[in-house]
Amino acid sequence: MSLPLSRPMARTPGLTLRRVPWTLVVFLLLLPMPWIGSRYDTFLATQIIIDALFAVSLNLLLGTTGLVSFGHVAYFGIGAYICGILMKNYGISFVIAFPAAGLGAALFSLIFGFFCVRLTKIYFAMLTLAFSQIVWAVCFKWDAVTGGDQGIADVPFPDTHWMTAIPGLGDLTENSRFYLLTLMLAAVCIAAMAQITRSPFGRMLTAIRDNRERAAFIGLNVRAYELTVFVVAGGFAGFSGALYGIFTRGVFPDYVFWTQSAQVMIMTILGGMDFFWGPPVGALVLDWLNQEITNYTQYWPFVLGSILLVLLFALPGGVLGGLTRAYREVRRRRSRTALRDA
Amino acid sequence: MTISLIAAQFLSGLTTAMFLFLIASGLSLVFGVMRVLNFAHGSFYMIGAYMAWQVVTWLQPTGGAFWIAALAAGVSVAILGGIVERLLLRHLYGVEELYQLLFTYALVLILGDAAKFTWGTDQLSVHRPPVLDGSFQWLGTTVPYYNLFIILLGPAIAIVGGLILSRSSAGRLLRAAAFDREMVGALGANVGMLYTGMFVVSSFLAGLAGALITPIESVVPGMDVQIIVDAFIVVVIGGLGSFWGTFWGAMIYGQTLSFGILAFPQLSVFAVFALMAVVLIVRPWGLMGRPIR
Repeated sequence: MSLPLSRPMARTPGLTLRRVPWTLVVFLLLLPMPWIGSRYDTFLATQIIIDALFAVSLNLLLGTTGLVSFGHVAYFGIGAYICGILMKNYGISFVIAFPAAGLGAALFSLIFGFFCVRLTKIYFAMLTLAFSQIVWAVCFKWDAVTGGDQGIADVPFPDTHWMTAIPGLGDLTENSRFYLLTLMLAAVCIAAMAQITRSPFGRMLTAIRDNRERAAFIGLNVRAYELTVFVVAGGFAGFSGALYGIFTRGVFPDYVFWTQSAQVMIMTILGGMDFFWGPPVGALVLDWLNQEITNYTQYWPFVLGSILLVLLFALPGGVLGGLTRAYREVRRRRSRTALRDA
Repeated sequence: MTISLIAAQFLSGLTTAMFLFLIASGLSLVFGVMRVLNFAHGSFYMIGAYMAWQVVTWLQPTGGAFWIAALAAGVSVAILGGIVERLLLRHLYGVEELYQLLFTYALVLILGDAAKFTWGTDQLSVHRPPVLDGSFQWLGTTVPYYNLFIILLGPAIAIVGGLILSRSSAGRLLRAAAFDREMVGALGANVGMLYTGMFVVSSFLAGLAGALITPIESVVPGMDVQIIVDAFIVVVIGGLGSFWGTFWGAMIYGQTLSFGILAFPQLSVFAVFALMAVVLIVRPWGLMGRPIR
């Protein structure tokens, strides 16, 4: 039987590329940003890192397990609200508020996911969308806790003064220290998700994606696996939301509106959902383009829609998918020439 | 609660319901036949509203300007829908639903900005047509004639649409295609034409609904992504793909919202979302739909 897998996860050319500890490499590359980049660069990089974390968490569902969640922003929002409310209204330290945001988001994804994984395909997408809109409605209406349509303004920065004690970090601004904190936390989260994707558990998820019936037939409890990954993805989305709320200095109901779920999905597809590093690439390209294009025109959604159309019709594998295909093409041509010359 | 309050809430719920039915019926039919959840349906509705304002502004002093505008809005949006289906959507029927969802979302982004570019971001409003300008008393509550017109128009369109679906040959083909499109194609029906026709009719209904809402609500950017959520709830409650399900889904939605505001002013929006979630959990295919494969 040589049935080809519909979308093999590890299409990275060659084994050598796969052995590189990418999270560490990217972390080290981004570390000197506050020293070599401008304040604006550091600002943009913070946003890209947070979005990348969020998009990677979505891709655990989308690319790894093949679950089309159209409500992933709910858990991002829940994380943002929990962290924001704890830090702003109760003055609780980030050290507690940040884990609480992830755990809270994971708890909600357990409750919602319990019902969602009972459905498949388009119905799964709709129920996740329905739950995320319920979260939006609650955030929008529950003035006493979420601040209603005013949201929660002036979320404080976490206390990063301990960093100044480290030699060389003394003269950094608070924004730069938050950048370093974000980078470290995101790197840990992304490394954890990379480990999960590579683990036997992650392989099982991909088996479910490729053929649900066959996976169930060989004895996998498909629903339990799906629920587990739903909770894990929700928890990491909560972490990214917590960071985002602090980054934008506020949490608003708009963060949870359904169109935001579409945005992060576009990021994931743009980078290439068949690749673990696709979503960060998508976040990088999209956030950077957003900043560049909004300098010239207010019609960014129009540009985004056009990018999306090109992507769907011309480049369904995303940026990394396109690069891999181009690389293969080059290698095939080269080997053909080598054969002819021989 | 007095009789007049109940009557007032009931009628306002009914008006909301009939608008939602006009919008959601097209969404539901397209899903039933083509299995595409069309986020851009709300954008078609918004374009219809802007077109109606535009035509009314052009024809201002003419009698019957509003009715011409409503028809023009419906037809122009229908043409837009036809172009979208023929040129773009057609090529995505075979692919995963994720790509179809994102395609219709790309349309939402593009059409939303196109409308902003063309008509600006100000609130625009249209007067009620002079024929329906007054109001009357019923059970101690004031009912504008325009609302009465909408309340009567909804069931009229439902009955005509229902008859077309159940009696005409096109309707039979549509129901057959919803059941098994490959088989309908194999039996010699022109499925491509059927899909285009379906999408055009659905867009027409969206454009018409957009035109008819203009005397009641002002036309603003962002109405597209708001309404699509409401329409989405209606079809989920009623059953995606079920025409009469959409009608009753709209009724349930309208009345829940209307009376919910009386009982729990804070939680009214929440109530309809919760209703949808319960329906999706208990009967994912909706109250009157049937499960698909």
